[in-house]
Amino acid sequence: MHEFVKAFEFIGRDGAISGQPALPSLVHLALETLKVGAIGVAISVVIAVPVGVWLGHVHRGSFFAINLGNIGRALPSLAVLAIGDAFLGLGLTVVEVALVILAVPPIITNSYLGVDGVDRDLVDAARGMGMSEREILTRVELPLATALIFAGIRTAAVFVISTTTIASLAGFSGTLGDPIANETSYHFAGVLGAAICVAALALAVEGVLALVQRGLTPRGLRVARDAEVGLGAPAPGLT
Amino acid sequence: MALAGTPVLAAAGPVIPNFGAHSSKCVVENRFFCGDWVSRNWDSVLWPALRQHLVLTLIAVGIGFVISMALALTAHRFGWLERPTILVTTILYTIPSLALFELLVAPVGANIYAAEIALVSYTLLILFRNILTGLREVPSEVLDAAEGMGMSRRQALLRVELPLALPAIVAGLRIAVVTIIALATIVYTIYDKGLGVPIHTALGEGPFKTELIAAGGLTILLALAADGLLVLVQRALTPWTRARGS
Repeated sequence: MHEFVKAFEFIGRDGAISGQPALPSLVHLALETLKVGAIGVAISVVIAVPVGVWLGHVHRGSFFAINLGNIGRALPSLAVLAIGDAFLGLGLTVVEVALVILAVPPIITNSYLGVDGVDRDLVDAARGMGMSEREILTRVELPLATALIFAGIRTAAVFVISTTTIASLAGFSGTLGDPIANETSYHFAGVLGAAICVAALALAVEGVLALVQRGLTPRGLRVARDAEVGLGAPAPGLT
Repeated sequence: MALAGTPVLAAAGPVIPNFGAHSSKCVVENRFFCGDWVSRNWDSVLWPALRQHLVLTLIAVGIGFVISMALALTAHRFGWLERPTILVTTILYTIPSLALFELLVAPVGANIYAAEIALVSYTLLILFRNILTGLREVPSEVLDAAEGMGMSRRQALLRVELPLALPAIVAGLRIAVVTIIALATIVYTIYDKGLGVPIHTALGEGPFKTELIAAGGLTILLALAADGLLVLVQRALTPWTRARGS
């Protein structure tokens, strides 16, 4: 466990290594990881939520929406990044494209399942009350689907942080994956220290998003525990 | 032990991969995809990596399935176990793969054990939740009928609940297998096996496009093939789900 002591010392020095003054601080790398990841998630949400919600609203494309999530899982982050690197060179743009490719599927799948799964009787009742399609969508379906949509965004955020660090292996520097991919400069204490930071960052993001999700969920729905889940939840739909 | 000893992508410009006198013009020019390189290196590079990848996946999903099944059966009986199990497995699932592998290197060493512990830990949330959901969705009337027929609790579990939960269990296995196949490409950072190895080699060579596409493509094809195979297994095991139509 001596390695862990040295790793925490490395974290305590904020990533400084004697004799290597040019290395960036861990705080800087962590903020950069969050920035790169947040851009990826934001773009994905803008693309995926409307598509998933619309498909759910018209109850069409279930095969597409559900299998897309499965295919998204099959894409290895490293391969996506590496292939992007081979053809376009690994700048921020290519990393963001890779993040979006990986983050869009779970958000579409969950948005679709969330809206599609809204009780049809409720929608009929809303229509009977004279609500327009738009009102049905914004005042009935979306509030009821919030938990699942947000669960998809959480899943995507976890993928994205993981992938952002893996980008260092493919040669994109500036994130918390750098020390892990560069043992020559950082030694094992630095690798382990950075790994601890990456794990803590991912858990913190997941925790904060879980709280936000709780805040966004209408109070009457908080009992619906099944809706909290995002990852393997919709088992029957996957058959 | 990240990439033990290898300077990571130190090369500034493109490095022409040198595979000896046999290198074709296509390979030397690093074109989009050189079929001749793939056929020449299939036996020595790609096939061993593919086989190792499959073995890494099978071991992880096999062990993960046994653990998850035990946890799910226990939680099915003692409901209070569900929340803590979900909490712990969610934490494990959330830790990025690259970090988890390194975190395990310190106590376990850079070997297959560290790799498998990490991969297994990623299967638990998916499998546990799907098995438990499957068991819970068995209608209570069916269980009453089983009891009425004089089945013991054990018989009801083995002959009624588990078969009825099969579709959900296989759905979980599909997600777990596909996820692990994708994640196992990172194993090479601590243990020199799997399809991550040729990807890493290719990245260090320029990158060498053919090898990247071949290894990355094989990973995706392996995932899709495994997924398709499990669908067939599920159909064979649960003929009644088709008889019902829908």
